[in-house]
Amino acid sequence: MQIKSMEAAPVAMEWRQKKRSKPTSERVIEFIIKAGGYSSIVLIAAILFFILRESYPFLIGRFEFMEFFGSTSWNPASVSKISYGIVTLIVGTVCVSVLSMLIAVPLGLACAFYISEFCSPRMREIYKILIEFLAAIPSVVWGFVAIMMINPLIINVFKVPIGLNVLNASIILALMSLPLIVSVGEDALRAVPETYREAAEAMGATKWEVATRVLLPAAKNGLMAAALLGVGRALGETMAVLMATGHSIQIPKSLFDPARTLTATIAAELGESPKGGEHYQALFAIGLVLFTLSFAVNITADYLIRGRRK
Amino acid sequence: MFHPSIHLLKKEIKERRFRNLLSTITFFLFLPALVIMFWLFIKGLPALSLDFLLQDPVQGMTAGGIFPTIIGTFWLVIISVLVSCPLGVVAAIYLSEYASDSALTRLIRLAILNLAGVPSIVHALFGLGAFVLFLNMGTSILAASFTLAVMNLPVIITSTLESLKAVPHSYREASWNVGASKLQTIRYIVLPNSLPGILTGLVFSVGRSAGETAAILFTGVAFYLPFLPQSVFDQCMSLSMHLFTISTQVVGMPEAYPYATALVLILLILSVNSISVVLRSYFRTKRKW
Repeated sequence: MQIKSMEAAPVAMEWRQKKRSKPTSERVIEFIIKAGGYSSIVLIAAILFFILRESYPFLIGRFEFMEFFGSTSWNPASVSKISYGIVTLIVGTVCVSVLSMLIAVPLGLACAFYISEFCSPRMREIYKILIEFLAAIPSVVWGFVAIMMINPLIINVFKVPIGLNVLNASIILALMSLPLIVSVGEDALRAVPETYREAAEAMGATKWEVATRVLLPAAKNGLMAAALLGVGRALGETMAVLMATGHSIQIPKSLFDPARTLTATIAAELGESPKGGEHYQALFAIGLVLFTLSFAVNITADYLIRGRRK
Repeated sequence: MFHPSIHLLKKEIKERRFRNLLSTITFFLFLPALVIMFWLFIKGLPALSLDFLLQDPVQGMTAGGIFPTIIGTFWLVIISVLVSCPLGVVAAIYLSEYASDSALTRLIRLAILNLAGVPSIVHALFGLGAFVLFLNMGTSILAASFTLAVMNLPVIITSTLESLKAVPHSYREASWNVGASKLQTIRYIVLPNSLPGILTGLVFSVGRSAGETAAILFTGVAFYLPFLPQSVFDQCMSLSMHLFTISTQVVGMPEAYPYATALVLILLILSVNSISVVLRSYFRTKRKW
């Protein structure tokens, strides 16, 4: 026995050395894989870099913090007095997003509760496929629906002259962000251990009590993340909002006033502004604001979800 | 005999109400989607014909068909998938097979998450700044497809990562134990076993890029082109952009046209997504673990 192991040792050594010296082709491929792994960091950095690069001359030149974030007048093409104040646009974005979330979050979470707690497995599959289909409808089709379907509906129901307004955009955005809220919310509920439910039910709790007193606190962070991701979606939506808000630059005073958002402004004006001009750079600066906003929302949502998993 | 007390009965009623409320809400949430589909069908179907699909738009886009937009959409989708698929799969392989649980890995995950959350119009700005201007591609199919690829990358990475992680670890261990290197294990064991999941994610991202409008707005799509694109350096038309144009910018549009265009776009995306749903359920029955 002793002799055998003596013999085996050099072979094992040799094999180990062989293993350590990988063939060059393998090394190259592994290098490529590693490089690919870092690609998303590089891309995020590149997005930031190129948006900064295009807006840079505006940021160090014409840009004034108080004007940009303090003035309600966005007049980049005016002859007499050019001004770049994005307050109106921010108010528009916030109005539409908040209102749409007021519709979508309670409904979406209720739906997530139903699908995760009450549905039969068969119905759950069907609902999941429906959610996927709902999520697959592109934003330009939603915009089309806003113009052709919800616009006349609002005009007829509320007797207002025009139906492309804050309400319309909020309804559309609510419908668009529902799939995301429902699926993230459902994930959060499913992540609550089954033993929690069993324990509560063994004590005689009804489903309603399980839902409100056990699941809601246990899945709180995940549900908040779901809502937050919905907000992110609503903030960043472009085409549907461009088509549904009426795109008129004013601070909306009621649900039936048109508004204008940050995203829609870029989409509508970038094509008409001369490349490299001040207006063009200012639009990139708006892009920078949007990037920062979405970054903040996503990081907070991630923090909430991770907090839950720990 | 056991008789439920009043208290229990009350609870029971409350419970039933709660359940009914939730099921009604859920039902009504999905109602709009069905109504919208139904209504697009009713309004769009009369204008939908083979001629509509195969003719060029004429008379300021108020007549004719949508042929060039379909071709353009195909160009964009195919090139963007050709770019994002290898990159996405490689990134997912790194995350699942090589990355250790370090700060850098967490940073990568955060980057993917943020990449997925960046508004599409910001992607358009990036595409304009990076591909159109900096890399000098001009407004072209190539620039637009690259922008779409960047947009779809997180989707592909996430779905690939999920299917790579689903391959049981014992498979890898068995392969290492017969002397296969890490790379050989990935090539011959992990990838073949996770191929279905990768494909599903890929098909899903195809549907997403077919419908995207904002990201290609300034990078390669034209309102109207009298000719078909000859190479990747030409501009093209796209179905999604065409729908936007004819429903907001063109005066004197026959009513059925935008409906039919929307219908074609929706049907295209839904059929692509159905493929992914069917693929997924098919492979689930054949799965070995």
